[in-house]
Amino acid sequence: MSENIYMPYQMRIEKITHEAPGVKTFRLKFINEEDENKFNFRAGQFGEYSVYGVGESTFCVASSPTRKGYIECTFRQTGKVTSALQRCEEGSVIGFRGPYGNVFPLEEWKGKSLLFIAGGIALPPMRCVIWNALDLRENFKDITILYGARTVPDLVYKHELKEWAERGDVKLVTTVDPGGETPDWKGEIGFVPAVLEKMAPKSENTIAIVCGPPIMIKYTFPVLDKFGFTDETIYTTLENRMKCGFGKCGRCNVGNVYVCKDGPVFNLKQLKELPAEY
Amino acid sequence: MSTDKRLVKKTSLDKLFDSIKQQGKTIFAPKLKNGKVNYEQVERFSDIATDYIQTTQSAKVVAFPRTEKILDYTKSKEGIAVVEIDLQSISEVVIWGVRPCDAAGFLPLSAIFNWDTKDIIYNTRLEKTTLIGFSCNKCDESCFCTSVAGNPGGTEGSDMMLTQLGDNGDYLAEIITEKGKTIVDKNPDLFETAGEIDKQKYLADVPVKFNQTEIKDKLANFFENEIWLQQSLRCIGCGACASVCPTCACFDIQDEEHGKRGSRVRCWDNCGLSIFTLHTSGHNPREYQSQRWRQRILHKFSYMPERLSVYGCSGCGRCSRACPVDMNIIEHLTAIQEA
Repeated sequence: MSENIYMPYQMRIEKITHEAPGVKTFRLKFINEEDENKFNFRAGQFGEYSVYGVGESTFCVASSPTRKGYIECTFRQTGKVTSALQRCEEGSVIGFRGPYGNVFPLEEWKGKSLLFIAGGIALPPMRCVIWNALDLRENFKDITILYGARTVPDLVYKHELKEWAERGDVKLVTTVDPGGETPDWKGEIGFVPAVLEKMAPKSENTIAIVCGPPIMIKYTFPVLDKFGFTDETIYTTLENRMKCGFGKCGRCNVGNVYVCKDGPVFNLKQLKELPAEY
Repeated sequence: MSTDKRLVKKTSLDKLFDSIKQQGKTIFAPKLKNGKVNYEQVERFSDIATDYIQTTQSAKVVAFPRTEKILDYTKSKEGIAVVEIDLQSISEVVIWGVRPCDAAGFLPLSAIFNWDTKDIIYNTRLEKTTLIGFSCNKCDESCFCTSVAGNPGGTEGSDMMLTQLGDNGDYLAEIITEKGKTIVDKNPDLFETAGEIDKQKYLADVPVKFNQTEIKDKLANFFENEIWLQQSLRCIGCGACASVCPTCACFDIQDEEHGKRGSRVRCWDNCGLSIFTLHTSGHNPREYQSQRWRQRILHKFSYMPERLSVYGCSGCGRCSRACPVDMNIIEHLTAIQEA
């Protein structure tokens, strides 16, 4: 790899999956085999994905580090770069810089139960951890996933939700906002915090990983608190606008904490120490 | 190395300039152009401006240009060929007449570009730059280097420091680094032995306005304070302060394409602009100008000393001079210290 820290790996889009309206997953293969062999990442890290001529965009690696030979990313078409990514076809070449940022401490979580709570397009950063944990299933006790979206079509990874639902060693609860259901919807109807409350999660020896829109997060933390989760056992991943990914471009900091270097993964105790600037 | 002191005759200064020029180096020096003095490429010694306090732009442009390519690419039927920027092609540069505050400004810049990953583009540019500093024998009311650990004869960051001994006097040359020594070695005749010289009395008198350590300590618990709103009410968010700052390093990365060819460029960005932190979703963590002003001050006087052990300010005073609504950094920092 180049000494130039801005130099992306060249990646070929091997497979494109349509997840939901405006949401796609790319499976990316390293064009240069040497790059692939040297590349390593851990669950929770992110990168800069680029379309040449349009620019770079920041999002997480959505595949598990246990799955070798490729990385996957899932994104919603929103801005300039994600719109250009949407227009890419299988076989196209894009750039990828990374991995950047800290990780979910899966090693520390050995022997514990994991409760994943995700909303909307925030399942992708969690999918990486979910598959990582499932691929090392014997390391963890119960694995529970609560996932909600506005409407049934908005649920991402539909094929994987089906797979998780069918697995005996995962408890999956899916929900859509009231009015977002379809006639044949078999899951819950209601907002994520309300469904969580109904589930009455056990906090004993359990880590909760929460990721979703700010409003979901805001109402989920009190529910977890009610069931006895301490601030050290609740984890989330932050997003902020970034350009470099390694603490130089100067915009992702919350107080003196850089989301790109010190994050994006924080537990609630760390989060509460940050000034309200995110 | 310990500082070697020499004497350069006033009448030899042009010979020194010409000698450096003849070695094939590009010289940037303060030059009057369109009514402003700025670091420009200078061909003749006589083109160098002398009657000015401070250049409008800082010297940082040499190691950290306003826009610079970080990679090139070409698109064809076969695909995309991406080419790294050729660091060998970066030419050796001398900045002649750097003010001590501009030279000192390279310390925080270098800290940012190296605190974790090493930015080889910045580092190469700086390595290929020789800084010949000139002490200040005059200052204006915006100068405050002495409040941020600098001084009008400060050698920090410079490779060689020249101090004029009186209005028409000769120059004391302090040889600070190997790069500075190279200049002496190539021009031994121009550097005479110097006796005991106290340069202090020839320097401008820059009064100390505030104590940056006290300000740093105060800022540790100052995030929620009404002063940010008070101070920034008149701020129009134009970003002039960051554009002229010798220590501001924030940048954007953009692609520029012309036909089949394009480049990815790094360009200066600016924490005073609302778009700086704007998310694609429309959410903005720093929605109000007061939050952006707070970030500017905290970054330089709290976050940088805490995280990088260096303050993000060298006291050049350009932000106060450039501000179209007369926000004065000395006044604002003093108010914070006294709050």
